[in-house]
Amino acid sequence: MPFFVQLAHHFLPETILAVGVMALILIGAFRGERGFGLVDEMAVGILGLALVAIALSSTPDTSIFDGAYIDDGFSRFMKALTLIGAIVSILLSVDWLQRNGLEKFEYPVLIILSTLGMMLLISADNLIALYLGLELMSLALYVMAAFAREDGRSSEAGLKYFVLGALSSGMMLYGASLLYGFAGTVSFAEIAAAVSTSPPIGVIFGLVFVLAALAFKMSAAPFHMWTPDVYQGAPTPVTAFFASAAKMAAVAITVRIVITAFPGVKDQWRQIIIFIAIASMLLGSFAAIGQENIKRLMAYSSIGHMGFALIGLAAGDEAGVRGVAIYLTIYLIMTLGAFAAILAMRVEGRYVENISDLAGLSRTNSWMAFFLAMLMFSLAGVPPLAGFFAKYYVLLAAVDAGLFGLAVIGVLASAVAAYYYLRVVKVMYFDEPAPAFDRAPMALRAVLGVSTLALLGFWVYPTPVMDAAAAAAKSLF
Amino acid sequence: MFGFGILSGVTFLPLVGVAFLLTQKGDDEASLRNIRWATLATTLATFALSLVIWSGFDTTSAAFQFVEEKNWLGSGLVYKMGVDGFSMPFVLLTTFLMPFAILASWDSIQKRVKEYMIAFLVLETLMIGVFCALDLVLFYLFFEGGLIPMFLIIGIWGGKRRVYASFKFFLYTLVGSLLMLVAILAMYGKAGTTDITVLLHTDFPKEMQTWLWLAFFASFAVKMPMWPVHTWLPDAHVEAPTAGSVILAAILLKMGGYGFIRFSLPMFPDASTNFAPLIYALSVIAIVYTSLVALVQEDIKKLIAYSSVAHMGFVTMGLFTLNAQGMQGAIFQMISHGLVSGALFLCVGVIYDRMHTREIAAYGGLVNRMPIYAFVFMLFTMANVGLPGTTGFIGEFLSLTGAFQANSWVALIATSGVIFSAAYALYLYRRVIFGVLDKASLKNITDLTPREIAIFTPLVLLTIYYGVQPQAILNATQASVDNLIQTHTALIDAVKLAAAGQ
Repeated sequence: MPFFVQLAHHFLPETILAVGVMALILIGAFRGERGFGLVDEMAVGILGLALVAIALSSTPDTSIFDGAYIDDGFSRFMKALTLIGAIVSILLSVDWLQRNGLEKFEYPVLIILSTLGMMLLISADNLIALYLGLELMSLALYVMAAFAREDGRSSEAGLKYFVLGALSSGMMLYGASLLYGFAGTVSFAEIAAAVSTSPPIGVIFGLVFVLAALAFKMSAAPFHMWTPDVYQGAPTPVTAFFASAAKMAAVAITVRIVITAFPGVKDQWRQIIIFIAIASMLLGSFAAIGQENIKRLMAYSSIGHMGFALIGLAAGDEAGVRGVAIYLTIYLIMTLGAFAAILAMRVEGRYVENISDLAGLSRTNSWMAFFLAMLMFSLAGVPPLAGFFAKYYVLLAAVDAGLFGLAVIGVLASAVAAYYYLRVVKVMYFDEPAPAFDRAPMALRAVLGVSTLALLGFWVYPTPVMDAAAAAAKSLF
Repeated sequence: MFGFGILSGVTFLPLVGVAFLLTQKGDDEASLRNIRWATLATTLATFALSLVIWSGFDTTSAAFQFVEEKNWLGSGLVYKMGVDGFSMPFVLLTTFLMPFAILASWDSIQKRVKEYMIAFLVLETLMIGVFCALDLVLFYLFFEGGLIPMFLIIGIWGGKRRVYASFKFFLYTLVGSLLMLVAILAMYGKAGTTDITVLLHTDFPKEMQTWLWLAFFASFAVKMPMWPVHTWLPDAHVEAPTAGSVILAAILLKMGGYGFIRFSLPMFPDASTNFAPLIYALSVIAIVYTSLVALVQEDIKKLIAYSSVAHMGFVTMGLFTLNAQGMQGAIFQMISHGLVSGALFLCVGVIYDRMHTREIAAYGGLVNRMPIYAFVFMLFTMANVGLPGTTGFIGEFLSLTGAFQANSWVALIATSGVIFSAAYALYLYRRVIFGVLDKASLKNITDLTPREIAIFTPLVLLTIYYGVQPQAILNATQASVDNLIQTHTALIDAVKLAAAGQ
């Protein structure tokens, strides 16, 4: 296939982003500080265009660039989620950046760059492409974490994220080199062919290192330590981006690598995934109980949710991957909605982020309280909200695969987690009102409302998500 | 309409009321009146519609009726509704009691009236849905979904320790239900469907039955509630507003018993037989222990809550006797308890609205100022004790008869519970109603208002009517009970035969 045909047919979204981001840098460089508004709007347009390109593409699964990238149903599904996360993150950020004097054109540029990295990561079909995508994503994210450069906590978050991120990159490289050394290839498909049911110990070592690095990127326990600090310290819209789009990519590549490159050693990686899942769920549930800061709470909550999503991967079959895809879709909606609410927490022009600031919200702003309460019930997995179906489908796969212990630990952890989600509802509905919030900008209210309605109405018409997730899972097997 | 049947209609009709309430804005007296009347009208319409269903219900058949089925979600899940002799009485009980719950909140709820009414209407939809669902996942959606409105009702409009009570209620129930969810998934994995009508005829391996039974037990035992996981109930009852207590006692608790009849007994017959001694033991402990605990309570609502736990002990005992009297008695007891305990909480609500205290010691001699109230309260106290001529007697008598056939020791100890219940109920009645009216705060207390009399009249009439004419309810459940027992006996015999043949 000629190079340009490959670009046009199977690499179009990435091409749009790559070309678009260069154009945006030029515009930003010429217009300077005044360029923010234009660059910001164009960034949304570029990401939207890439999303359209994905939605319209219907080509069969194809490997391109000599087997470095794959354009299949799974990658398209995950890329669509990532792009939605990125677009909404930009929409959420505008007002915050302006109020904090940070309306710099680099912000949307960095978002597109890291989104491009995520898309490369999702589509990676060999270890080199994987590392390329991972670094492109991460480097942009490090800068974004420290974007509020006048703010000490933000700088600290960026530095912390960078140091620990570099460590995980090192582990990734070490694991990848072990895999290459013992399997003799970097391609996922060829690794799968080379690694039989009784693999050399070096392959298992390599796999452990690679999974540890990926667990770091998706902030799963026991590689989660950076998450609470970075989530709390980073500017809130950046945290929203971390919690939404970045997670999508990290989970997607984890699913792809274990399913496509290591089908022969399923029993070995399944142990690792089960351990990570259980550790994340328990940590996410118990550590969040004492949190007072809602961003920290969301950090622990996201750790727990990653553990839950990995239950589906532990099942290791098509139903499990479908469960993961559904889980991530619903998690994305919940996270974006929750961060829209967090960004709307502003009292007399000052941003607040303590749970106690939400006190009595049901009386000062009943709709916002209702939406946030529904988001919390959904995060807790209470039916008939969408969060329940997310859990339902991963648990279904796990029980089908005979992982009863994992399923039981999972539901018990989610019962513990329900406590701290309920606490947010309690503060909003049962407590005496704190000072009312300022009127939130249109974008935040729209994101909050739309995401909550999607969660409330999911059970009425879940078919689009279900079908898309099923198709995505099918392409991996 | 749109291919949906009358059961979907009755289930989702309250949501139409919610849609109307959402259009109401403003806090002035006129719009509050609108909100209250609209809610009452919705619940009455729902009740009327359920009566239409009842009139078309064939009591001679054990089959599911008014069945409607639609594909939903893909992947084997279906939207399937239907009622049989087990669920029909509970649907009627729910729709019948809802207007009373709304009337009981007429004056006592003054803050956030709209949200309150919306919560109750959503709760009604979810409760009816629980009893109509013929698909396990659908059942679970309704069953768990009910936690959200009840959590808010207790937490927002409850008493002093409402936060503690609402969290305890939510988390206790959630843990049990989540274990049930895992069991549901395992059943789906085994049978390939969550259709209850199919699962009723699925033979689960014996080993699996044990685990499934325990998982379902975890959920229903908490909901019921059985000793020792009953401790959320007194807290929830005490803190909930009057109408919340009524619905909690009259309907939410019945979901546990309904779950045992619908799932545990017919789907896991071996395990049910094996675990019957466990149920007996827990039931008997509940009957004796919680009755004794009730004796020493200082809070009227708490006393009635403990008495609820004791009465639910009769229900679980009766259900697992697996004979016609025991099961009929248990179902009757649930309906009767729904009426009687609901009415008792309404009685407490009457004096609470006037005095704003539930301390027994704060009352005394009410008969001097409130003769009608004293009569109503006495009637329901007697029904709670199980006086012949009231519904309470029929339920307790039948379930004890059944228990005697199954295990006379269990019946013997359980019978003592009847005596204890007379002790705590009469002791309560004496302290609140009789004696000298010497407390200054009670000197100006007024008797029942016309609205309150309107609330109590139908409940009084039904309690006496079904106490004298129990056939009306027993006939409705007869066919389904017989069918369950026959199937169960046949299955157990087959197992014994197979064991003998080996």
